[in-house]
Amino acid sequence: MGMKEKLAELRQQGLEAIEQSQDLDKINQARVKWLGKKGPLTQILRGMGKLSPEERPAVGKYANDVRNDLQEALQRRKQEMEKELLNAKLMAETVDVTLPGAPVAQGQPHVIQQIIDQLIDLFVGMGYEVATGPEVEEEVYNFEKLNLPKDHPARDMQDTFYITPQILMRTQTSPMQARMMEKHDFSKGPLKMISPGKVYRRDTDDATHSHQFHQLEGLVVGEHVTMADLRGTLQEVGRNLFGDQLNVRLRPSYFPFTEPSVEADVTCFNCLGKGCDICKGTGWIECLGAGMVHPNVLKMSGVDPEKYSGFAFGLGPDRFAMLKYGVTDIRDFYLNDMRFLTQFDEKG
Amino acid sequence: MKVSYNWLDQYLDLKANKVDPNELANKIVLQSVDLNGTYSPADGLKKLVVGYVEDVQPHPNSDHLHICQVQVSPDETVQIVCGAPNVVAGKKVIVALHGARIAGNVKIKRGKIRGEKSDGMLCALQEIGFSDKVAPKDYEEGIWFLPDDAKIGAPVFPYLGMDDFIIDTDLTPNRGDMLSIYGNVNDVAAILNIKKHFTNHDCEEDDDQQTSDLVNVKIDDSHMVPAYEMRVIKDVKVADSPLWLQIKLWNAGVRPVNNVVDITNYIMLKYGQPLHSFDYDKLPSTDISVQHPADGEKFTTLDGQERELKATDIMVMAGQHAIALAGTMGGQETAVDDQTTTVALESAIFDPVMVRKQAHRLNLHSEASMRFERGVNPETVQTALNEAAYWLQQLASGKVATGVVVGQEPDTSATPVTISIAKTNEVLGLQLTMAEVVSIMDRLDFPSTQLSADQLKVDVPARRWDISIPADLYEEIARLYGYEKIPATLPTMTRNSGGLNSKQRFEAASRQVMQAAGLNQAISYSLLTKEKATQFTIEKPVEPLMLSYPMSSDHVAGRESIVSGLLNDVAYNTARKVANVALYETGRVFILNGDPRPKEETHLAGALCGQLRANNWHQKDKAVDFFTMKGIVEQYLKNAALAGKITYVANQDREGMHPGRTADIYVDDQLIGYVGQVHPSTAASYKIPDTYVFELNEDLIFAAKKRDRHYRVISRYPAITRDIALLLPNNITNQQVVDLINQKGGAFLKKVHLFDVYEGLHLPKGMKSLAYTLTFQDNEGTLKEDQVNQAMEKVESGLTSQFNAKVR
Repeated sequence: MGMKEKLAELRQQGLEAIEQSQDLDKINQARVKWLGKKGPLTQILRGMGKLSPEERPAVGKYANDVRNDLQEALQRRKQEMEKELLNAKLMAETVDVTLPGAPVAQGQPHVIQQIIDQLIDLFVGMGYEVATGPEVEEEVYNFEKLNLPKDHPARDMQDTFYITPQILMRTQTSPMQARMMEKHDFSKGPLKMISPGKVYRRDTDDATHSHQFHQLEGLVVGEHVTMADLRGTLQEVGRNLFGDQLNVRLRPSYFPFTEPSVEADVTCFNCLGKGCDICKGTGWIECLGAGMVHPNVLKMSGVDPEKYSGFAFGLGPDRFAMLKYGVTDIRDFYLNDMRFLTQFDEKG
Repeated sequence: MKVSYNWLDQYLDLKANKVDPNELANKIVLQSVDLNGTYSPADGLKKLVVGYVEDVQPHPNSDHLHICQVQVSPDETVQIVCGAPNVVAGKKVIVALHGARIAGNVKIKRGKIRGEKSDGMLCALQEIGFSDKVAPKDYEEGIWFLPDDAKIGAPVFPYLGMDDFIIDTDLTPNRGDMLSIYGNVNDVAAILNIKKHFTNHDCEEDDDQQTSDLVNVKIDDSHMVPAYEMRVIKDVKVADSPLWLQIKLWNAGVRPVNNVVDITNYIMLKYGQPLHSFDYDKLPSTDISVQHPADGEKFTTLDGQERELKATDIMVMAGQHAIALAGTMGGQETAVDDQTTTVALESAIFDPVMVRKQAHRLNLHSEASMRFERGVNPETVQTALNEAAYWLQQLASGKVATGVVVGQEPDTSATPVTISIAKTNEVLGLQLTMAEVVSIMDRLDFPSTQLSADQLKVDVPARRWDISIPADLYEEIARLYGYEKIPATLPTMTRNSGGLNSKQRFEAASRQVMQAAGLNQAISYSLLTKEKATQFTIEKPVEPLMLSYPMSSDHVAGRESIVSGLLNDVAYNTARKVANVALYETGRVFILNGDPRPKEETHLAGALCGQLRANNWHQKDKAVDFFTMKGIVEQYLKNAALAGKITYVANQDREGMHPGRTADIYVDDQLIGYVGQVHPSTAASYKIPDTYVFELNEDLIFAAKKRDRHYRVISRYPAITRDIALLLPNNITNQQVVDLINQKGGAFLKKVHLFDVYEGLHLPKGMKSLAYTLTFQDNEGTLKEDQVNQAMEKVESGLTSQFNAKVR
């Protein structure tokens, strides 16, 4: 048997032995056995001197190849083994991935806050400022300056918590109309504002009445503000809150501080106008009150009704939340049952 | 108002114009007034036919039932057992056949009653849907008799006006004109743009005596009484009204009583003009006037109630005798009854505010007072009076005395309002032409005169007293042109940017931090009991904001802290077995400070009880404690980036709080709030478990000076840490130790971190162990051990000498 044959046999045997090594120790032994100083390959290489100079390079190269092959095989087998070992270790660490995750304590914003925030986002995006006023209001701002003089029948629509004859718990967020118009410098541009907040009515609390609830007032006053602008704005509100495919319709109504006054209905988000229980079969949901600012209101706040016009609207976040989520008892908003509060966790 | 389609049809030819009732209702909603709903009185009823009672025999097994043979079609007679006391042979009656549906969706089936076959039911009006308030009193205890000429076997609905369609309008206070058929006819004619032919009936004066010889009316104050007219009708015979009149009333929700009362109600429905009929012979004097009574005077209204009057009320007087609460309710003494023969009929307008106040105070809201409150058409005061007299002639064989006595003639002049077409378009966002606007005025029957290419003068008739300025006409134009034709645009205005201001951003961020810390936003009631309103205040409580006329004893005072309301919420949860409560709230508190309005401060407060995370397989029994709550407050204040030094100072005297577990929170010398455990006695009174709370004055935190620059260079050189464990007397606080370490630790001391607290066994009595990690670092170079050792020596000797600390 020539050198070459010996080497080939050596390689064959070595590779087999390596392949059959079942743990890291065995691989180490194989390395010593086949590639060690006393190993057969070293012996063969030592015997190279006996070869003729013509044969030597070819055999030398072949011997190197064999050594490389064996080294590679050892390395590969070692990596395989390490991987198997690691894998076995990891398998031993297996958890039941269907166990529930560790709870994160995260609080939720109140559902009414969520509605208000959504509206604030919408209006801020349209260039409105946000103004908040006092909850304990002067009678003058809550009524007189809104074209509701004493003994006006519309005052009966709003039963009021008075503190003194001049001071009351505001019954609406509309007083901010007058407060903001008085402050605003119209030479610097139009006034565009919304004013969210708590309001109070002298009501007995039941499923549909609360002595405390929320309103969001909107007011735009400037040159060339039209009823078409009001309609477009209300359409944005309806679509933003309830969905893109919805329409807004206006119909006549009455508020002392607007003329013309309208009630705005939004297509019923539940049945999309076909008629259902939520919209009482009409296909529309009464959504907010609005109108063009009454000239008396402009005048009383020092704004020239000949030069400026404006629109105002007021909506109820409580009502919106009830509609949007199907809440049937308004008191739930103010009793703060944890199970109620943590339901409204939709983000974004 | 319940508006009858059939009645409108009399003056508008709706059926001839093919106006579908539902379509009409929809148009009214969109162009006129809101609706409570629409319905037909026959809704839900079926197989109700005219029957003829041929024979009535007593039931052998009953003392009150009758066995009736009732013809229900030209060739069918059925046997029906009937319990009505008034059933009698020879009458036409309402028969519910086998398979009929009557009121309340009740199905009528053939069967046996006490052994006798009964093939249907004879019906009272209530049994086919009439409310008790509307069904005529005479038939309260029995079945209803149809006219003798009713066709046997035919549906009963047309005979009772039940084939009508009722549009129930829900009026805003400005549209008092729509409280009459007259007003509805005018508006529907405008909406549909169709012709109207409203008709009235004038009486023929057939009694020679002058009315002015019978009554004398004197009105002193035309503001209090803008109109007052009277007629006297003699020889009146009180009787039932004819069916057509009763139908008109009951379809409008008004109960038929007798011809005199029914006629006044009919006129009120037709014209919106409330009338009052006095029994002339009972008048204590024929000198009629309208006056304010004396405070405390007594008056008995026709319902038999004695009422105490106020000087602001208005009374119709006969001589010095009060005979009616003007516009609200008549007096018992002068009421019309079955014996009445001469009627003094009043058609008047009273001041809306005075009527409203007196009706409101006496809780006497009636169809009449409601109309006076919202206004009455001055144009038809006399028309209505005359037509009432006409029907008293026709239906009660009355004789009308000559002449109308007018105490105050109403002002019926039109109100001129001039509008600019350009301005109209500018407000509405439309491009209407002069011709289009004029045509809308024509539809409304408002005379108009073109003053120029742009200016239109409109003479608004007195019947529309709600219109007085151009904006009122814009509304008329908009609604009749159609709101749906107004385009939807957005305001095209520049020069404003909008957005949240810094305070609003701060408030929003505050909420975010609270939520991230695991607290849920609550919104509680701001109005509380007086006791709760003044509990848990940051500063000393003041006399609270009190409602002058509260609605419920639970909500009488403006809160001075938010914590009280949160504890109510905790109690609500506790009562419902929700053990883990984590709430925060931000909102106003009201602090009276001598000004008419209180100072409104924005506070932020929280309440915790139970566990922040419910027990779960992963983590169990981690009850919240003082430090859970303090940690949330610390994180919040850290995020506020305050420049001042925040300190927590134990306060043993906070009302309602645990004396050993409460800290006041200061920024430098400013008290900004507190954190701690609710006093167990107070918790018990709220019926809540151990609860931890905080309250902060958010306004102060917002206004406090903030750190200018947050960023500090992060040293690239290694840090050295040293642990130190100290045995200290119990009364030495962590704050004292940390302050001293910081003071002695030298320039390279970066951080002092408390990593262990131990009190109890294995320690000498009165001692505790605190252990800290001190981190040293130099920004400019690598620290040497020596430098740290020197610093530690100073720290240790300081602690030993100042606090008697033993380094362990």
